[in-house]
Order: sequence, then structure tokens, then C-alpha cells
Amino acid sequence: MVKIEVLGSGCANCVRLEANARQALQMAGVDGNVTKITDYSQIMAHGVMATPGLVIDGKVVSVGRVPSAGDITEWLTQH
Amino acid sequence: MTTLTAHRVHPPFWLLAMSVIVAWLVAWLALAPAAAWLTHDVLAMDAAGGLGAAIEFFVFDLAKVLLLLVGVVTAVSFLRSFVSPERVRRALAGRNEVAGATAAAGFGVITPFCSCSAVPLFIGFVEAGVPLGVTFAFLVASPMVNEVALVLLWGLFGPVIALTYMAAGLVVAIGAGLVIGRLRLERYVEPYVYEIHSGPAIEVRVSLEQRVRDAWTSTRQLVSRIAPWVVIGIAIGALIHGYAPMDLVAQIGGAANPLAVPLVVLLGVPLYSNAAGTIPIVEALLGKGLPLGTVLAFMMAVTALSLPELLILRRVMRRELLATFVVVVAGGILAVGYLFNALAA
Repeated sequence: MVKIEVLGSGCANCVRLEANARQALQMAGVDGNVTKITDYSQIMAHGVMATPGLVIDGKVVSVGRVPSAGDITEWLTQH
Repeated sequence: MTTLTAHRVHPPFWLLAMSVIVAWLVAWLALAPAAAWLTHDVLAMDAAGGLGAAIEFFVFDLAKVLLLLVGVVTAVSFLRSFVSPERVRRALAGRNEVAGATAAAGFGVITPFCSCSAVPLFIGFVEAGVPLGVTFAFLVASPMVNEVALVLLWGLFGPVIALTYMAAGLVVAIGAGLVIGRLRLERYVEPYVYEIHSGPAIEVRVSLEQRVRDAWTSTRQLVSRIAPWVVIGIAIGALIHGYAPMDLVAQIGGAANPLAVPLVVLLGVPLYSNAAGTIPIVEALLGKGLPLGTVLAFMMAVTALSLPELLILRRVMRRELLATFVVVVAGGILAVGYLFNALAA
């Protein structure tokens, strides 16, 4: 069970990242869930100053960009 | 579907990137002759007539602006993927106010102002001990002096006005930062901002190819979002070029009317999302006798003062600070408007 968190206030980029993350879970055939973190103190606690950020099982894998579903699939399988 | 993608042959990435650049350059060089040929030879329009002037303006400017936007926005998005907020923050912390505000305004030019990143950036700056005035210089410059506005100004008005806008914008941002810094308004920052403890800043390695792909994706999204506004704006601009009477524009918006500058500033605030569409209209009005100071003030109001940005900043600062920000920036914009109108007169 992989835990994916999308860090961001809910702008267009964050929405796209969330969609890509869900698609990546399907593509990788991995069991997991995607949560959105919109609380700024939690976002900052991850050391992320440029949103959107992507966290897989507690580890920040991407900051300030929208990785494609393909990129995220790779991180999920390397994981 | 999986077999299809598995068998598709991908050309080497750099070959692809190089051919796109060459295609762009060819299109750029062919632009002016193509527009004139289309208007005068194919459509048999007379350049001197109203309709001919309008059509050539529309065809040429539309193609030029879209090409410039795609080229410059891709290049800038790629370059700025190397400038992380963390680097900016480290560079700004511990500088004195004047040097800090100047550097912050400079960083604001190359850093995108995504409204969603404004709050984490603000918190991060405050936490690192970047003075409030320096932070504001950044917040003012970032949306006002950006590559989209500069490309449109350069493409439609030429380099002199684009660079004048950039210089005036930087001066307004630095000035606003210094004034806000002097006013000692730290107590009007929402208290929770000072209590947030962020983790060690994360920087993730991204490959060159990935940066190019990111730049291309964000350019595609940006250009498809603003293209309709550019088309509408250039169409209206073309009509003004072809038909609007000279006297009327000069009478209403001319330097003789002292209320014109504050009026265009008020008019600019709600136009935030349509900045791309307003520039071609203003370009046509400039040609019809609207003075340069009024034009610059209008453009600055469109980009620098926007309701969505204020609503987002409200989450980290109290009304008093927000109101000061608006008043100081609007004051700077008015000063630019009157100054350039006086210089031109």
C-alpha cells in the first residue's frame, strides 16, 4: 500500500498532478491512495516552497513541477 | 495500446529539439513577407485603405506574437527551472534593504508568479529572515515584469517601450519594497506565519531532457490559455488601427486630461486574466495618440494589481498590510504614468 501525497493549495497544477498520480497508480498496477495536502504548515513542514510537491511514502520526489504519469510510474516501481 | 507504444520509434531527443528551433527561426524570418503577400497579393487589399491596414495588422501581429510567445516562454521556462525558490531565499537573506530589494525585484523578473506558490514563498522568505520590504519588492516585480508581458510589448511596441516598461516596473517594485520596509508593518503579518517551522528545504535533481519537456508542456498550456485573448485583443486592435478616429482617443486619453492616468489604473485592476488581450488594444490606442505614460500605467495596473492575488495574499497578511501594499503600488504606477506623460509633452 503506497501512500502518495500531493502538496499544494488547489491550483490548476496541483489538480493535474493529482490526476497524474492516480493514473500512475493504475499504470504501475500498485495498490495505494492519493491524498491532497492543502494546509500550508504541513506543506512547509516537508520543506517544499514551490508547489505542487509530490510525496511518496513520506519522501519528497518532486518540487515545483508537474511530473507526468509516466515519471510517477517510474518512481513507484523503483520504490 | 501497449504494443503500439512499445514499437514506436523515438527520434533522439536533441535532434527533435534542434529541428524545432530551426523551424521556429525559418517561420520568424518568413513572417513579414508572408503577411504582406497574403494581404496585398492574395486578398488584393490596398495598404493605404482602412480594411487593408486592419487585415495586415491582424495577420502579421497575430502570427508574430504567437511565434514569439511560444519561443520565448519555452526558453524562459527552461532557464528558470534552474532557479529554485530556495536559491533565491538564500541569496536574499541577510542583505541590507536597498541591495536586497534590488536583488529581489531582479529575481521577481525571472521567477514565475504562480498564485498558488505565493503563500509558501512568502512564508519561506519571512522564516528565513528576508526583510518584509525585500519580500514585497519580489511580490510586486514577479507578476508585473514577466516574460509574457515583455514578449507582447516587444513584439507589438518594439524594444524601446518593452525595456522602458521593464525598467519602470523594476523601479516601482524596488520603491514599493523600500517604502513598505520603512513603515515597519511586521505586526500586520498573520501571526501563524511566524509559528510555522518548515523542514529542511528539499531540492530534487531533474534531468535536462525533463526540464525541456516541462518547459514545452507549460508553454503549450500557457499559450493555449491566453491565445483566445490575444486573438480577440489583436482583432479589436486591428479595428482601432483601421477605423478609430485620431482626435477622439487623444481627446479622452490625452495628457491634457489629468484624470486619464488614474482612470486607466482603475480600469486595469479587473483585467488581470486578460493581460495578453489588452496589450494589442493599447498598442493600437498608442498609435492613435494615447500618451506613453498612460499606456505604461495601464499595463502596470493590469499585471501588478489583481484581485485573485490580493485574496491569496490575504491568507498571510492582515487588511492593513494588504491595503498599504495596494496604495504604495498604485502610487508608484501613477507616478510612472504622470512622469512619462510629462517627459513626452
